[in-house]
Amino acid sequence: MATVEVPYQETVPLHHPKTWIGKYIFSQDHKIIAVQYGVTAMAVGLVALILSEFMRLQIAFPGWEWMDFFTADHYYQAITMHGMIMVIYLLTAFLLGAFGNFCIPLMCGARDMVFPFVNMLSYWVYLLSVIILMVSYFVPGGPTGAGWTLYPPQTITAGTPGHDWGIATMLISLAVFIVAFTMGGLNYITTILQARTRGLTLMRMPLTVWGIFIATFLGLVAFPALFVSAVMMLLDNFLGTSFFMPAIVSLGEKLQYSGGQPLLFQHLFWFFGHPEVYIVALPAFGVVSDLISVHARKNIFGYRMMVWAIVAIGALSLIVWAHHMYVAGMHPSFGYFFATTTLIIAVPTALKVYNWILTLWRANIRITVPMLFALAFVLTFIVGGITGLFLGNVIIDIPLSDTYFVVAHFHMVMGVSPILAIFGGIYHWYPKLTGRMLNDTIGRIHFYFTFIGTYAIYFPMHYLGFIGVPRRYYETGISDFYPQTAHDLNVFITVAALIVGASQVLFIVNLVHSYFNGKKAPANPWGANSLEWCTPETPPRHGNWEDQLPTVHRWAYDFGVPGEEKDHVPQTVPRRKAS
Amino acid sequence: MRIALIAILLFVVTVGSVVFNFTTPFHFDAIGSNWELIDITVYITFIICGIVFVVLGLLMAWWVHKFQYKEGKFAEYEPENASLESGLTIITTIGVVVMLAPGLVAWNDYIHPPKDAYELEVYSKQWTWMYRLPGADGVFGAAHNKYVEFDNPFGMKKDDPYGDDDILILTDTVKIPVDRPVKVLLRSEDVLHDFWVPSIRAKMDAVPGMVTYFWFEPIVEKMYEVLCAELCGRNHHSMRGWMHVVSMEEYGTWLNDQVTWAGFQEGQVPLSPEAARGRDIATTNGCFACHTIDGRNLDTGPTWLDIWGGTVTLDDGTTRVRDEAYIIKSILDPHAEIVEGYSPTMNVPEITEEELQSILDFMRVLTSEPVKTEPAIEGEEGSVDLPEGEPTTQPTEEPTTD
Repeated sequence: MATVEVPYQETVPLHHPKTWIGKYIFSQDHKIIAVQYGVTAMAVGLVALILSEFMRLQIAFPGWEWMDFFTADHYYQAITMHGMIMVIYLLTAFLLGAFGNFCIPLMCGARDMVFPFVNMLSYWVYLLSVIILMVSYFVPGGPTGAGWTLYPPQTITAGTPGHDWGIATMLISLAVFIVAFTMGGLNYITTILQARTRGLTLMRMPLTVWGIFIATFLGLVAFPALFVSAVMMLLDNFLGTSFFMPAIVSLGEKLQYSGGQPLLFQHLFWFFGHPEVYIVALPAFGVVSDLISVHARKNIFGYRMMVWAIVAIGALSLIVWAHHMYVAGMHPSFGYFFATTTLIIAVPTALKVYNWILTLWRANIRITVPMLFALAFVLTFIVGGITGLFLGNVIIDIPLSDTYFVVAHFHMVMGVSPILAIFGGIYHWYPKLTGRMLNDTIGRIHFYFTFIGTYAIYFPMHYLGFIGVPRRYYETGISDFYPQTAHDLNVFITVAALIVGASQVLFIVNLVHSYFNGKKAPANPWGANSLEWCTPETPPRHGNWEDQLPTVHRWAYDFGVPGEEKDHVPQTVPRRKAS
Repeated sequence: MRIALIAILLFVVTVGSVVFNFTTPFHFDAIGSNWELIDITVYITFIICGIVFVVLGLLMAWWVHKFQYKEGKFAEYEPENASLESGLTIITTIGVVVMLAPGLVAWNDYIHPPKDAYELEVYSKQWTWMYRLPGADGVFGAAHNKYVEFDNPFGMKKDDPYGDDDILILTDTVKIPVDRPVKVLLRSEDVLHDFWVPSIRAKMDAVPGMVTYFWFEPIVEKMYEVLCAELCGRNHHSMRGWMHVVSMEEYGTWLNDQVTWAGFQEGQVPLSPEAARGRDIATTNGCFACHTIDGRNLDTGPTWLDIWGGTVTLDDGTTRVRDEAYIIKSILDPHAEIVEGYSPTMNVPEITEEELQSILDFMRVLTSEPVKTEPAIEGEEGSVDLPEGEPTTQPTEEPTTD
């Protein structure tokens, strides 16, 4: 990659906002937009968290009189909304909308995103999609209870709660979200490709930016498939077309559909849905790589391998989607292909894990709060990753699919792991964002509750799958496959879930309290090398840099370089002539 | 050096996970089918992944402890190590191949049912199961959701000759013979469902508009609960059925009690389990040496067909209403009232009250007049699931008795 002599953004005049509203509400500053994305995502994530606590209470205490109001309809609506909120409106929005917006321009040495106005629009359209989603709870029939996968025909037949209004608001909200994502995503890609400062070659970029870059690319490829399926399902529901609907008899009533193909939806959904896993995972990989390197005071081991692993995982993630459909009734020969591609993807993924751990070897590890979360991420991700080897291997998926093994697996790998990475990232970048340090003690307590708690929830849950407890059951009743001991375990899991849920209050208190009362943050509290820590002001002002953009001379991982005075050398420091 | 709390925690979590794995009662139950290869593949994966998990977890714990921060210390500067990285790549690839290979072999078996497998159709709808067998000709009649009506619950195509002998099982309970491979064909009337018995290991979604399949060979005679494994609406969790793996003989007897599509169209219904038991008790007690159930009157005794109801002339010239009391008296005290033209040769049967009730259940089935004073026949595991408006007491198809 040739370095650009005069970076693009150095030639573009920056218009500072003149009003308070222009500065903080309809802001075009990527940092403010990042906060807006982050706060909205966390708020809607709290809704998902509360829904999950209701679900857990129902599972552990079926028939408890205090839970009488929570009917089967409510339960299925809760699992649907919880899943969709977590995957799309929290994780995707937070990792790309919040971290992407905050990290890309700062780490690339840019003043802002390339299209600041579109960037602002992206947030407001995202907010609209969240509002439409929340409106689901106020439409006749409530939100859809079809499960977050929204499989037809049941999404739009009478046996499913929210089969008319609820599914409409869900699909419209998703379509609006995709519009928002596309506006943001084009910005992220263009900014990374066009607005890196002088000297910042692609192979010098921090892994956070690499992760966000490839994830955004995946999103731009994959989300259109979801958009198309949402449009087609709306047509099936409201205009009576038959894209996904074959001739069926719904609860004794013959419907006027014929010739549609439910599997078509599943293919479209997972063509989006599987890359979606990596849209969430890759930025988390990137963030964790940077956290481990910085806080272990050591270069990330095998940087080039890490980059190519991200690229390889991204590419492979586009051809593994049907491993979610092994028992869906698709052509059985697909099983060979998708099992093989899925297990191949394990190789670059495993290499990333090895490299994180090898980075610890002969490091000089500072056990800070961000580091705690990064370490917890790695262990959680190992569990989630290896259980993926079970489910990806087609024949093992046969007995385990649609059981609690699957629930435990995907919560480990794309629920808890990315959330731990997000927490780590917040504790890491909060000082730069606000100019204040987060409270360390509260941070540690929050960490131990969250890590131990989530592990206690999801590790034993895998084993419920082995005895055959099916997922998405409002209640199991008295059955052979559900012994009393399994029920006891479910009570334990629910107690752990309540504790984890409650402990998140600590995090919110810490965020708010430290914003006003936290210790003043130095410009580079962790001794990191990447460009965001080199801004002239903390927090960085609009435009981030002085008249001249910074110049990059090295990668972001020069920790412990022999012969240097300090254990870290920022990217802006010129290389010595001799070396 | 002080041991870092996180190092202890990583160690405890890693070791604790292993301990949990070996002490938990929650593992696959005893397998009930031929799919040991699935269990073996899981076992191989467990071992490989378990080792990787323990090694990585312990390394993390150890290194986090060992390489704690010391002021002024520099970490080792080694950005890359080509031989280490390629070595790890090769080892990982080998591990993946070892897990994938048996999986693909097993999958190959899974999607190729053996030639001698018989076919069983599982018909699913919100929120119950029904079953269909191809009957004597071994070929299913054509069927489609568009033909489904109240009086055509499987959507049979009416003029298809292959369909006439198809056996319809209109309850959520099916019996299958042990040690015989079965190819399960799945249909759905409405939404996605998934026919699943955990101990069998195998499952597959039922998708409306198409026929999906899987196969297995049951190896244990046992009553299994059938679950729906694919979210199918608000009563998904209560969509249960029963799959009873039985001996070949029991299967044959059960099969004979079922109705064909042709019979169903004529209004026949299958025997309830109680009635079938009554017939078996009658057979054991030799009743059919002298009585028929097809309407022929032998010299030794009157037929049981329509014996319940109407009137009869006794050998003393009086007429008698054939109500329940008369039937019971005739069984328990056969010489008290003799029907005109017969001689008192019947032995007093040695049967319990319960067995008597079962025989009455069977006789009730043979009666065309509805018995209004009696509760409808309803069994725990085999209640007749008839569409509304159907007569419920039509005579069944002739059951074979010996």
